[in-house]
Amino acid sequence: MAVLVKKRSSTATILLLLGALYCLAPVLWVLVAASKSSTELFSTFTFAPSTHLFDNIADLSNYRDGLYWRWMANTALYAGVGALASTFVSAMAGFALAKFQFPGKSVVFNMVLAGVLVPGVILAIPQYLLLAKVGMTNSYWSVLLPSIISPYGIYLARIFAAAAIPNEVLEASRVDGAGDWRTFVTVVLPMMRSGLVTVFLFQFVAVWNNFMLPYIMLGNDKLFPITVGLSGLLNQGAQQPSMYTSVVTGALLSIVPLIALFLALQRYWQVDLASGAVKG
Amino acid sequence: MTTVPAIEQPATERSAAVPTAAGRPRRRSHSRRAGTPYAFLAPAIVLFVAFLGAPIVYAAYLSLRKVKVSGLGLGSGSRTEIWAGLSNYARSLTDPEFLPSVGRIGAYGLIVVPVMLGLALLFALLLDAGRTKVGGFTRTAIFLPYAVPAVVASLLWGFLYLPRVSPINDVLEGIGVGSPNLLGSSWILYAVANIAVWGGTGFNMIVLYTALKAIPQDMYEAARLDGATEIQIAWRIKIPIIAPSMVMTFVFSLIATLQVFAEPMTLRPLSNTISSTWTPLMKVYRDAFTRDDIYSAAATSVIIALATFALSFGFLKLVGSRAFRQED
Repeated sequence: MAVLVKKRSSTATILLLLGALYCLAPVLWVLVAASKSSTELFSTFTFAPSTHLFDNIADLSNYRDGLYWRWMANTALYAGVGALASTFVSAMAGFALAKFQFPGKSVVFNMVLAGVLVPGVILAIPQYLLLAKVGMTNSYWSVLLPSIISPYGIYLARIFAAAAIPNEVLEASRVDGAGDWRTFVTVVLPMMRSGLVTVFLFQFVAVWNNFMLPYIMLGNDKLFPITVGLSGLLNQGAQQPSMYTSVVTGALLSIVPLIALFLALQRYWQVDLASGAVKG
Repeated sequence: MTTVPAIEQPATERSAAVPTAAGRPRRRSHSRRAGTPYAFLAPAIVLFVAFLGAPIVYAAYLSLRKVKVSGLGLGSGSRTEIWAGLSNYARSLTDPEFLPSVGRIGAYGLIVVPVMLGLALLFALLLDAGRTKVGGFTRTAIFLPYAVPAVVASLLWGFLYLPRVSPINDVLEGIGVGSPNLLGSSWILYAVANIAVWGGTGFNMIVLYTALKAIPQDMYEAARLDGATEIQIAWRIKIPIIAPSMVMTFVFSLIATLQVFAEPMTLRPLSNTISSTWTPLMKVYRDAFTRDDIYSAAATSVIIALATFALSFGFLKLVGSRAFRQED
């Protein structure tokens, strides 16, 4: 038998490490920069740390009575509630598309595909104009409700439902006398669980990262998510450079929760977009 | 809005054939109600119509309207909305700022998409070949920027581009290239493109890596025994097999390119070379909110939506992709 021990390749190692360096450098920089005072930010060596991290966090927290933390809480609300509702709606629709035959099915499916190819961000301004008509802009609902519908989430959920739920299981549940709704909650949702975590993560990140929709919808800065809030802070920094330390500290704190979530749930990111199956 | 539709109603009709595994006798005594799939779809359909369908229709309607001012334009009755034909589209397409913004986005896409997907494919293949000890660490590190919102990414890079902060300038000065203004007019396109490449490479790498992992090992054991190099195996076996995933990453990258908004908007306070109409979507924003010209904004929105759809759909047709197929 031929020996198939893989040789270590130093070229591969070097290329991958260069890629990792490129990707980590800005994150390392913000970690270092958040510890600098406002004069040090523009004078000391880029990657030289300092000792002002906690002062900067205190300054940021005092900014307009803790507005920053309100933005964080808003973001958690938009992303958490929005993604949870979106996952549930997608699971129901995906299940229906995967496991039932009914008139109009291909129309619905083609609408979903069209929705995947025309992303919501382009619709943000039309959505604003329409919500302005009914007086719903500048409210939590104006950001939350459009975040719930996710054609891509429905598309993924349909694939997960088709792959994870054998028809026999549905039949058995029905024979036991369970209604369709009970079957969905007690049998279908648990079987789709790992796929639905992926749908949730996709939507959570999409809402957390969204800028244009809340930027357009919201005028009251107490309703802002972190992305719109930080962008506003940066604008102020242009007139008032001492704000820059708060901007940098705010940027650092804003990415901590998402990075923690990523590291904790890394295995759910093994997604095959073409087949939609979750590996691992 | 998302109230759960009542499903446990008396059965009135039998549903159409329920797919079952081949050869098994079907039990249809407890067949599902015909309304069931519609009930499960109802929340999605309501939200789809309200937040995707209706805005498109409303934008299309507005794009054909305009305001007619009568008299001095004072008083509530003096401004009336009338049909405008295609004049908003004509205005939009001939706007001196529209075509440059389209050209900018085209150049931006030509940089971002090949570089980002090229790097993603390279890293995915290197990880999959498994000839390194740093695979786990580098995979996580390269994926990490996906967790950073575009606004924050632009903010971080924006500071790193500032001449007084930038280590990039230190390096360039060190090798005697001089100190370019990365936020100036000749570099800004690359500066914005770099942010997109940084943010998107890891996600696409994970998608391609997952596709590579799904290939059964024995598909290239034989090639290895025949003495094929890893590069030959990657080129002749792995890349053709993961082609559908590459098509998908390309389509999603294309869509993301056409809607670039957050990065240039965030960089604006740091750079005076980014105009308010730097990208098509920024122009829509300016027309709607700075100029209060929602009719022109609606027309441009419709143009962008149609262009996105035509490009992504056209590409899928072009490559004859079976991605997005309906299996059953």
